[in-house]
Amino acid sequence: MKALAATFFLLALATPLWAQDALFDDMGGQPGINKLVDASVDNYLADPRIKDVFSESNIDRIRAELKDQFCAVAGGPCRYTGHSMEATHKGLHLTNANFNALVEDLQTAMDSCNIPFATQNRFLARLAPMQHQVVTR
Amino acid sequence: MRTYTGALTLLLGLAVQPAFADELFDSGKLLATGGVSQVEGAGGGGLANWALITGYGTRDGIGANVHYTAVPLPDYTLQTTGVAVGLFDRLELSYAWQAFDTQDVGAALGLGRGFTFHQNIFGAKLKLIGDAVYDQDSWLPQIAVGLQHKENDRAAVIAAVGGKNSVGTDFYLTATKLFLAESLLVDVTLRETKANQFGILGFGGDKHNEYSTQFEGSGAYLFSRRFALGAELRTKPSNLGIVHEGAAWDLFAAYFFSKNLSITAAYADLGNIAIENDQHGAYLSLQAGL
Repeated sequence: MKALAATFFLLALATPLWAQDALFDDMGGQPGINKLVDASVDNYLADPRIKDVFSESNIDRIRAELKDQFCAVAGGPCRYTGHSMEATHKGLHLTNANFNALVEDLQTAMDSCNIPFATQNRFLARLAPMQHQVVTR
Repeated sequence: MRTYTGALTLLLGLAVQPAFADELFDSGKLLATGGVSQVEGAGGGGLANWALITGYGTRDGIGANVHYTAVPLPDYTLQTTGVAVGLFDRLELSYAWQAFDTQDVGAALGLGRGFTFHQNIFGAKLKLIGDAVYDQDSWLPQIAVGLQHKENDRAAVIAAVGGKNSVGTDFYLTATKLFLAESLLVDVTLRETKANQFGILGFGGDKHNEYSTQFEGSGAYLFSRRFALGAELRTKPSNLGIVHEGAAWDLFAAYFFSKNLSITAAYADLGNIAIENDQHGAYLSLQAGL
């Protein structure tokens, strides 16, 4: 009986290691995230404040890497294998205003994907600290 | 260093490149993250100062705004008009002009109907550490210090009610944190003050004439990028013998039409003011800026 209780206890502790994060599901799983990334990147490319940042970029690769990264950040079953935030943004000299433009475009995309505001904020809370690596100017 | 470079670039830039003004007034902050204008003209909520620097300038830019606030109470009307600038998301400078109309109470006290106290309020706030928005991986709030220097134009009446001075300076330490995953903004501020009713009845009094530490705080829940509902509390010293001065509180709704215009509506309870109890009612504030 004691052993059984101990086993359950250990299982409860270990569960988060393989359980999927609720946020990933709340964002519509991988299909939802794919749709969100495509809508976001479309917004970035149409935004006069930041579109020039992407002029030398391989857009298809950015879409693919963001789909992996957003999945991982939301706690989904992916591993982001792209470059570090520092490395990808080092030469871009992004300002704080540029970073916030990216956030606003992402928010607009989340609206268009019908992701509820409270869920949007749970996701943005995990991205927000990246400001420290992304903004270099 | 960034600030010095920015100021220098401003001087040079304005001289040679008019378009640079667009870059300087970058309106680069996220919507609502400059707060609104509190009752003494600083960036904050309604009653409480916040650690956020007013306006929408980022660390590379300047933000500025004007505001008008009206608090029609049962026996008085308080109005504030002000202007504030946020420099490089680091330093905030503000000026507000307050008018407190005593209406019929003025007549009852022999001051004359509609006798009005005025205050000039000069404010400065310096952000020390932390970022309320980006530091979501840390418990550290954004922390700022500031002062509000107030000059009241009714020294004789202030002396008659037991006030010791018509000029006073408040000093404050403020911490503000956005708990983004919970869509919750929390502010806690400590204020060193001698002010009677925000300074409207002067500073220090016959009962108590030392600085005391007072608390003010806000909590707001964000329902959307544009809309927040919240509550505030502000304690005040009770320095005058003529009346016990209690805490003020409010329940507020803020709506941001854009980075250029916001409106705050509240139910505010300012407690007893001079000879009249239960001074509660609407609070309405408009802010326009960039």
